[in-house]
Amino acid sequence: MAEWQGAETKILESTLDSVDRAETMVLERARVLGFDEGDLQELGIAVRECMVNAVVHGNRYNVKKSVRLCLDSAPDRFTVTITDQGNGFELHAVPDPLADENILRQSGRGILLVQAFMDEFEVRTLDPSGTEVRLVKYRRAKTEQE
Amino acid sequence: MSVRLTTRQVGDVTVIDAVGRITLGEGSSAFRDTVRDLVAKGNKRVLVNLAEVSYIDSSGIGELVSAFTTVANQGGTLKLLNLGKRVQDLLQITKLYTVFEVHEDEAAAVRTFA
Repeated sequence: MAEWQGAETKILESTLDSVDRAETMVLERARVLGFDEGDLQELGIAVRECMVNAVVHGNRYNVKKSVRLCLDSAPDRFTVTITDQGNGFELHAVPDPLADENILRQSGRGILLVQAFMDEFEVRTLDPSGTEVRLVKYRRAKTEQE
Repeated sequence: MSVRLTTRQVGDVTVIDAVGRITLGEGSSAFRDTVRDLVAKGNKRVLVNLAEVSYIDSSGIGELVSAFTTVANQGGTLKLLNLGKRVQDLLQITKLYTVFEVHEDEAAAVRTFA
């Protein structure tokens, strides 16, 4: 079966609607690539968390700023890159949501979920501004039994 | 689809039946409003039925935690019922299984409030 290879980039507004759009786009591509329902759920949550970070914490809903979503598939992996135009953040500065003193905090679990669900997760602060997060899900070869 | 919430009374326990997705935006704010409304009306025994919740993000998890503390701060108890596999996974990853009391049978869950 022919499948959709290569990269595709979309520029999205800094709104919560863009979170839904990004999730839909990623899941459409992931289905074509043959990811199973479990992988799709994990991808969906990871993309939502990163898009929310970009729109809410990065761009702070600023209509003059946008979020760049790039989807890139290769035979062994599916890569999603999300770039905002905010002030950036340090991954190590995020409080540990599993620490006893933080367990009842209302927020701060997004990055934890992304790390749990993706095979690779990288955060890069851009010069002069912006944050780029790269999410990778490996494409596993199907076995005879599948 | 966002979340649809309905409440019903089983004895002196209020059951919230949630259907859909609890995510940042309408879903999480609807859940927050429902719990605050219940607490304001004096309902202190709350059971959240998540059997029909297909999807929950970190914001939704945060609302569950906030609901738990809101009810507890009023001297009440909030418990969870019928978690799907995905929600179970999320509670494991976030260590919130150590916080929430989780049940699989509604009648048995209601009895634990006594």
